[in-house]
Amino acid sequence: MDFTFTEDQLLFCESVKDFLQGEVTAESIRKSWDTDTGRSSALWAQMVELGLTSMLVPEAQGGLGMNELDFVLLAQECGRYALPEPLVETVLVATPLLASLADNDPRCASLLEKIAAGEVMIAVGHAANNLVCDAHVADYLLLPKGDQVHLVAKDQVVLVAQQSVDPSRRLFSVEWQGNDETCLASGAEGVSLLAATLNRGALGAAAQMVGLAEQMVAMSVQYTTDRLQFGKPIGVNQALKHHMANCAVKTEFAKAPLYRAAYTVTQDPARADFAVSHAKVVAGEAALLAAKNSIQSFGAMGYTWECDLHIWMKRSWALDKFWGHAGFHKNRLHQWLLNPNAKIGAEMTFGEQV
Amino acid sequence: MDLSYTPEQIAFRKEVRTWLEDNIPAEPLQSFDTEEGFNQHREWEKTLAKGNWGMVTWPKEYGGRGCDLVEWLIFEEEYYKAKAPLRVNQNGIFLLGPTLMEYGTPEQKERFITQMASGEEMWAQGWSEPGAGSDMAAIRSKAIRDGDEYVINGQKVWSTRAVFADWVFCIFRTDPDSERHKGLSFVFVPLDAPGVTVRPIPQLDGLPGFAEIFFDDVRVPVSNRLGGEGEGWSIAMATAGFERGLMLRSPARFQETAKRLVSLYREHANDIMDLSIENAVVKCFMDAEAYALSTYQTASRLIKGGTIGSESSVNKIFWSELDQLMHETAMSILASRAELLPSSPAAGDVGDWLDGFMFAQSGPIYAGTNEIQRNIIAERLLGMPRK
Repeated sequence: MDFTFTEDQLLFCESVKDFLQGEVTAESIRKSWDTDTGRSSALWAQMVELGLTSMLVPEAQGGLGMNELDFVLLAQECGRYALPEPLVETVLVATPLLASLADNDPRCASLLEKIAAGEVMIAVGHAANNLVCDAHVADYLLLPKGDQVHLVAKDQVVLVAQQSVDPSRRLFSVEWQGNDETCLASGAEGVSLLAATLNRGALGAAAQMVGLAEQMVAMSVQYTTDRLQFGKPIGVNQALKHHMANCAVKTEFAKAPLYRAAYTVTQDPARADFAVSHAKVVAGEAALLAAKNSIQSFGAMGYTWECDLHIWMKRSWALDKFWGHAGFHKNRLHQWLLNPNAKIGAEMTFGEQV
Repeated sequence: MDLSYTPEQIAFRKEVRTWLEDNIPAEPLQSFDTEEGFNQHREWEKTLAKGNWGMVTWPKEYGGRGCDLVEWLIFEEEYYKAKAPLRVNQNGIFLLGPTLMEYGTPEQKERFITQMASGEEMWAQGWSEPGAGSDMAAIRSKAIRDGDEYVINGQKVWSTRAVFADWVFCIFRTDPDSERHKGLSFVFVPLDAPGVTVRPIPQLDGLPGFAEIFFDDVRVPVSNRLGGEGEGWSIAMATAGFERGLMLRSPARFQETAKRLVSLYREHANDIMDLSIENAVVKCFMDAEAYALSTYQTASRLIKGGTIGSESSVNKIFWSELDQLMHETAMSILASRAELLPSSPAAGDVGDWLDGFMFAQSGPIYAGTNEIQRNIIAERLLGMPRK
């Protein structure tokens, strides 16, 4: 029993954090809003260079052969810096799905090599999400149709852009026709792949929301220290301190469920639905509370376009509903827990181990 | 990260389970806030001590087993699962014990920890005073040096279980000219010493769970002081960390309550009209689970040499509010029967819920109110301005 990350995992996370801190700022994010794609190929190339896109690519396809647990802290940092690029979706969602299909179809193995090398981008659709993120910069799309998973080239689909409240999010509805050629999996296999994909998507969203929540609290603490009223920093007021303390409690107790979810996705997929839904619900609550209490701390300033808070706030609003909204995940928890055969109790926290 | 138990940990769990099955009293003990119940619980502490189960994390020379924190969590899981009696000496073993381990002289450890571990001496805590509650630095009771003794005068209040306990660990002002956090010392007083008067204060359930303690020229040897003279505040803060953190309220306690709540919900699912109750039940269960996960995380970090600080305030808010929500939800399920004492013929399965509900009201108050904890989080953990 050891519920800690390894030194290597923590060190790697620190180095990626330093990188994001230097490259992804409120200013750079605002600049990206005015570009056609909202995405920076230069930044993507740097992330490829750091090996980030190859982390979960199997060694056979030239990747690092790591797992979801190795990436979860990085996904948290992607949230903290509100990274617009689809790194989390690429690493946690597209890559493992392709890796599961690589034996079925040589196209998937080849795409994995190209993801690692930064030569292609893949967008993933799922029934849990109405729309597909970042389809405009993708070369291929992995799309569901009932119990089937299809791989479709971008020139085979029609994209209709949909505008998100978060200007960094680029969403599309996709019109497409699959055929036998594009179908990579179906039946029980397809269902299980799509279920695993949902869990990885939700895990990535949960991790980002923990980072988003911490960053909003950090911004609010700074603002309430600098802003003077009645001759004192507004942060001396207990009402504001307690707003922030409540966020810290929520966020702190979202972390252990998040890391347990990452571990479970990796080691014990049969228990992953429950673990992931727990993480997604509590991380969503933490991020939404941080957004609400932060705008309250910023006052009118927080209600402006000019104040950077909305970059983080809007991402939180969006991710809480993506890869399964709270209702979907709470429903899974209800079904699991209220099942008369559920094995529950203090000795069952990590499953039945005898 | 490896969230599986080692074969040794699984074997340890089995050993704990078997011992508890063989030794737990057949009849539930009476409340330890009655004299008879207190004595029953004292006997239980001795039984635990005989099996070396009194405090498994303590070194073997003090009657423990030298277990690490993960083994301690396993022990606690089995303990609550088995519905073993509550620990009447919790102020001693969970609060004073670890503090003694850190700050005590070899003689003090030998004298006090051994007696605590064997179940011979029960402890109460004497910190609050009528004028010093949340503002503990306002303590006025004095222990003035007279040769090799301290002469103590003053008053302590809200001392849990002091009515029947043997000893109390207190904070007194040893420098009469000092102010606030300075000049305080951590001193042990036997409750049968001449000049000590203990006045019981009935709690919400009518039983004398609290006491007020008056000190009139009480003399104790200087060797009853823990740590240096004037170091009382910092030692008290370390003790408070144990109180708010993982030692006093281990997650199993809440997980077992959450499990009972799920059962209560299932039994009453057909007559529940308030649709929010199901959500509350699930939330309680998940929060108890989150508390357990977080504690395993902290325990793993501490085993690897990490430290725990202001995050104990985060813990305290979480478990105390969870305990409230669980019992509020149970009361909602029990509906019109919720007010009935278990002795009432129509009480049915009300059981311990009402008692637990009343006790849950104290969680956000004791061990430093949750308002104070939120200030600590905001100022020390997040860095918000003090003035």
